[in-house]
Amino acid sequence: MDFKVPTMAEMMAKGEQPDILFWVGCAGSFDERAQKITKDIAKILNHVGLKYAILGTEESCTGDPAKRAGNEFLFQMQAMSNIEVLNAYEIKKIVTACPHCFNTLKNEYPELGGHYEVIHHTELIQDLINQGKLAASNGESFKGKRITYHDPCYLGRANGVYEAPREVLAQLDSELVELKRCKSNGLCCGAGGAQMFKEPENGTKDINVERVEEALSVNPDIIASSCPFCMTMLSDGVKHFEKENTVQVLDIAEITAKANGLS
Amino acid sequence: MVLQILFIALTAFAVYWFSKNAGKIRRNILLGRDIDRSDRSSERWMTMVKVAFGQTKMAARPVPFIFHFLIYAGFIIINLEVLEIIIDGAFGTHRVFAPLLGGLYNFLIGSFEFLALGVWLACVIFFARRNIVKLKRFSGTEMTAWPKSDANYILITEILLMSAFLIMNAADFKLQQLNISHYIQAGAFPISGLLVNLLPSDAHGLELIERSCWWFHILGILAFLNYVPYSKHFHIFLAFPNTYFSNLEAKGRFTNMTSVTNEVKAMLDPSFVPDASVAPGRFGAKDVQDLTWKQLMDAYTCTECGRCTSVCPANQTGKLLSPRKIMMDTRDRLTEVGLNIDKNGKDATDDKALLDNYISREELWACTSCNACTEACPVNIDPLSIIVDMRRYLVMEESAAPSSLNAMQTNIETNGAPWKFSPSDRANWTQSN
Repeated sequence: MDFKVPTMAEMMAKGEQPDILFWVGCAGSFDERAQKITKDIAKILNHVGLKYAILGTEESCTGDPAKRAGNEFLFQMQAMSNIEVLNAYEIKKIVTACPHCFNTLKNEYPELGGHYEVIHHTELIQDLINQGKLAASNGESFKGKRITYHDPCYLGRANGVYEAPREVLAQLDSELVELKRCKSNGLCCGAGGAQMFKEPENGTKDINVERVEEALSVNPDIIASSCPFCMTMLSDGVKHFEKENTVQVLDIAEITAKANGLS
Repeated sequence: MVLQILFIALTAFAVYWFSKNAGKIRRNILLGRDIDRSDRSSERWMTMVKVAFGQTKMAARPVPFIFHFLIYAGFIIINLEVLEIIIDGAFGTHRVFAPLLGGLYNFLIGSFEFLALGVWLACVIFFARRNIVKLKRFSGTEMTAWPKSDANYILITEILLMSAFLIMNAADFKLQQLNISHYIQAGAFPISGLLVNLLPSDAHGLELIERSCWWFHILGILAFLNYVPYSKHFHIFLAFPNTYFSNLEAKGRFTNMTSVTNEVKAMLDPSFVPDASVAPGRFGAKDVQDLTWKQLMDAYTCTECGRCTSVCPANQTGKLLSPRKIMMDTRDRLTEVGLNIDKNGKDATDDKALLDNYISREELWACTSCNACTEACPVNIDPLSIIVDMRRYLVMEESAAPSSLNAMQTNIETNGAPWKFSPSDRANWTQSN
């Protein structure tokens, strides 16, 4: 990265408090594909001059996959130690790169003592666009490109965030083509509920193949999403149909970064 | 007089028998664990008005929505006339409300006829969708002989009840035209008036038809009332409380188990004194008694429409999981537990459980927790919460997660991430381009 990504520890040492904590998440930290999204979010935060920080090595799994798998002990252990760190830094506002972290921090931490304003990166980007801090300029043009958007379950149905990612895409002069199963009817990519970490049960088809088949049927140039797990599943699905050379799978943050010449 | 006594006795027995069975269902539901749904009452009323009375979630599929609404409206409105039937039956009167209501009475009877025709048509269409068109939604592993027959019995009964109602009115109308003294001039017969030519013209025959249909109609209703507690059709009652007690939180929010919070806090802070009101009990759900009363009410509310299963990503890709089956299994197991209690007393146990005897582990592990099922359910049933509670039992009581999920959990414990990466590398992405 050609700029410094500040950590909370460094901010604290300087006696500063960020406006927003960027919760990167495990996929965003370690998964090679998701790291690209993480970097683009950092570039956007840096570009608009928002005072932000990451937890760095002090960040740990929110416990989401453990909770969805049924391990409430492990989830609450993770939650309570994360809350201890977050509260020690007096965090007020968090932006997450992952809908699963977003859902857990927003909905499941308060009862355990973690009260924060939590937003997903698509909401932050939409907000920045509305404030005039981000435009679709100086970068790649998406004019006339067919983009379809896959709703991540934990952003859409789980938390009702349907419009923010669509409004970001609407900025681009591109052609947003909705899938047959979209918004509250959206079909899961197959990774939720800890499925990301196991082989699927026996069936006739993989869920991501079903979903990508539907997405390809609208002849998109780009399949957009906003979740690192969806990214993995959709990319694998596109490869399954050998379309990786003609159809891109991109995160809303990546599209925004490209449109603004940041990536 | 004999008929009046017979009528009163039958009605009283039907009401008594229904209350007895409804009471058993209530008892079974209350076998569940407690959960507090007494908060936010105005929001709860609004949810019930919208989802149960207004049937807003049905509108996602317009064809069944329209016909179902017709049956629902017909059922409620035509049942106003049951009040009159009961008074007539008990006191030997005929159309007792007619003199009291005058013109309004004619309007009401006329409206009932249109509704009756609507209900009749809707039931015929629904019957055809199930048995001739064979909609995919109405099949599936859990849709065995009984659930299929159950649905058909209900539709056929409603078709017969509405037919009897219209034929009764037609005979009545014709008797009125013949100026038979008992049959006062009352009512408007826009639909049954079209049937009069099909009926005989002699007063005796007409009276026989009118009385037979009257008795068939009311006995049919009483029989139906007592069939409902054994049937998926119980949703006509439970849809209302079930939507009132809906989960009002964001769908993505899973409950934080208080029993676990106590243990985790005690581990992190040895001086922590746990809330003694939380009974230690089993972690998660192995059997129906481990579920909450709301989850058990969900099971009795389910009318097996299959909207959940038809949107379930696991089911749609051929996995064993079907959210409808989760609900049907829960109800079937609960009914079994209830029968055992009836027979052997309230502490009776058997060697079966919801897990394994009804719901397999493979079904539970196929769920993506995507909430498509809860979104689709027209009466706010939550199959996902049952799946999660059963996973909790598997993981926390039996340590029986699939091995790859055990690896994921070990990684979180040791590395703070579900994959095998060193926590010290977490911010390495900041160092590369």
